[in-house]
Amino acid sequence: MSKIPLNTPVLDPRIKRVDLESTYGTTAIGENEHWISWEVFHQKKRGDQHVHVGIVHAPDAQLALLFAKEQFGRRLACVNLWVTKSSDIFSFSYDDEDIFDNATAPEKQYREASGFRVMEKINRYKKSKQKA
Amino acid sequence: MYGGGYIQEEKQEATSPIDDAQKLAEFEARIDRGEKIEPHDWMPADYRKQLIRMIEQHAHSEVIGALPEGTWITRAPGFRRKLALIAKVQDEIGHAHLLYSAAETLGKSREQMINDLLTGKSKYSNVFNYPAKTWADVTVIGFLIDAGAIVNQVANSKGSYGPYCRALERICYEESFHLKQGHDAFITLATGTKAQHDMLQDALNRWWKPIMHFHGPPDKISEHTAKLMRWKVKMATNDDMRNQFLDMYVPKILEIGITIPDPNLKKNEATGQWEFSDPDWDEFKRVINGDGPCNAERLAVRQYVEEHGKWVRTAMMNPNQKVVIPFA
Repeated sequence: MSKIPLNTPVLDPRIKRVDLESTYGTTAIGENEHWISWEVFHQKKRGDQHVHVGIVHAPDAQLALLFAKEQFGRRLACVNLWVTKSSDIFSFSYDDEDIFDNATAPEKQYREASGFRVMEKINRYKKSKQKA
Repeated sequence: MYGGGYIQEEKQEATSPIDDAQKLAEFEARIDRGEKIEPHDWMPADYRKQLIRMIEQHAHSEVIGALPEGTWITRAPGFRRKLALIAKVQDEIGHAHLLYSAAETLGKSREQMINDLLTGKSKYSNVFNYPAKTWADVTVIGFLIDAGAIVNQVANSKGSYGPYCRALERICYEESFHLKQGHDAFITLATGTKAQHDMLQDALNRWWKPIMHFHGPPDKISEHTAKLMRWKVKMATNDDMRNQFLDMYVPKILEIGITIPDPNLKKNEATGQWEFSDPDWDEFKRVINGDGPCNAERLAVRQYVEEHGKWVRTAMMNPNQKVVIPFA
């Protein structure tokens, strides 16, 4: 426990109560002391998907849910939260991003609604009917 | 490649000072296209370093910034102000949490960041080294410091690093309430009794210098700043942000009969730039390096909290769990 002189008279009533100057010491936080991280998924209303909103640190799932409620269910509409350990998330690497390119490739228009033009054909047919 | 999470040590490789020229070109092209950088992407060591420094400082500022305001919860005038202040202080701690999480994705653990705060190695916003002596100080902080922070945060939310942008979007949403309740309290004092008005004027007189310091020292357009702006780590220069802040808030102060304690403050309509007296950058340097009125008290409070909460944290620790960098 070392003493650190405070420059000005302490203004914080809580600090006066704890007699901060005499209890002050240097604390180092050990690795893992803030526990592991959990990914949080937030459902805004029934019927919506759960959407990833961020992380919390907690020693177990129950506390992770409690912290998630405090952090992500505090201000915005919410009906449900999920948490899962960050270490249990599996993902592709962004280095392989191009494997998804053909999902939106122009040559795949044959499986899009916009890839088919029916009105032109209908109009052409109607015109030919009128002429006949 | 498809692994579940990744362990902190692996990160070291990516912070090698030797940056691959081709990867750097791809990285810069991605930013130029307006795309975001995500945690697992290759990034220059300096980009990672500067982002950690910036996001970490931002997180510390939220934690320490809650201290002068938290002090006033028990003494807030009236039930509604008390409720609003409790909500604001809780938001600030929530912001710190969001920001620490964003910084963690870059490979520095939350424990390391808090240790660096406690030892004074990493900094926080200089304004919180000044005391909140009266309720009017809390009002000035709630209105003008938050306003300054919003200018900064809105700019940064358009930066290049995905997790930081996502955190800032949420933060900006909550800050809008902070600003509005601060403005409301500010107007209440300014247009209230003479004692209230004088108390607010006195607080603003004391806070004006720190407010002018808020966006940081004047820009020297260095190679360094230019690089950080090209990488969209910094989105605007300190001077630009200060100028934007003055543009928006000087009229809001003057319109309700409060004066600003700087006779030289005026807008140069030709250049669009505000001119003002030197806000004493020596004082800024002195205070940020530890010699401010409240530096010791702020850190002592954090120390006290960490020390007295340690037994709870360690009692719940599971030594078999491995720390994994969060995903996004």
